[in-house]
Amino acid sequence: MSASPDDDRLWFEHATLAVLPDLVSTALRLTRNRADAEDLVADAIARAWLGLGSLRERERFRGWIFRILTNLFLSERRAHAGRPEEEPLDEGGAEFSLFERLHQPFLLWWSSPEQEFLDKLVREDLTRAIDALPEPFRLVVVLADVQGLSYQAVSETLAVPVGTVRSRLARGRALLQRALWAHACDAGLRPTAQDRKPGTA
Amino acid sequence: MSNPTTINCEEALRLLATYLDGELHGAEHEHVERHLKICRSCYSRAEFERRLKAQFDELRREEIQPAFEQRVRQLISEFTSPAAGEPADE
Repeated sequence: MSASPDDDRLWFEHATLAVLPDLVSTALRLTRNRADAEDLVADAIARAWLGLGSLRERERFRGWIFRILTNLFLSERRAHAGRPEEEPLDEGGAEFSLFERLHQPFLLWWSSPEQEFLDKLVREDLTRAIDALPEPFRLVVVLADVQGLSYQAVSETLAVPVGTVRSRLARGRALLQRALWAHACDAGLRPTAQDRKPGTA
Repeated sequence: MSNPTTINCEEALRLLATYLDGELHGAEHEHVERHLKICRSCYSRAEFERRLKAQFDELRREEIQPAFEQRVRQLISEFTSPAAGEPADE
């Protein structure tokens, strides 16, 4: 701990504001609602301040406050639902590869339908696909793919084994890619033969 | 001594996500890396997955509404000394 409560508060304010955009991003993907997300972040900040004495290494603040935020979300969900959201039994399988849908190995060098597809994706396409994931998969995808936490850190945050993180991540990503593909088909974002003519990309 | 390039496409693709996540180490990491250098198809797949992953990275930070930042600053300004060592629901 620092010398005085004021020093602690200044340090805490600085550290919190530095990660605030990340906390709000995560809370938005978890709650899928801005007002709820902001309330969740405010609650997490208050809890973090109260528990600051238990943070032994301040350089680990980011991971620590993410754990607080995620656990608050999970405990509030349990309190409101009466019981945790039912987890899908099948954590394996359901393979889906966007690449395999898009890739055309015999096209000429100038053509890359995969790149064209990625170029057409916008932020809203990605957030919509994440928001549609069942909660157990959404949690690991948000922590690992959006926030960049290691498998070990996700495992500690969610209190599940690393093997479970891996399998949920694989399944979550397959579901995400399937959702992006479905959206692309619906919205006409799939690369067309016209897109693939040289000079029209 | 085993041939260091014996990993096949099926094996490389099985390990690809872990490799791209930076969670593959030692011999398996080297095998995937070597395979991607010699297999155009798997290299293309890896590049696609890498670029898609990068798009999700861009969601990491959300723009903060000024009113919410003000709310957080106000909240912190009202904090008194934290309880020593009180668990924070980690």
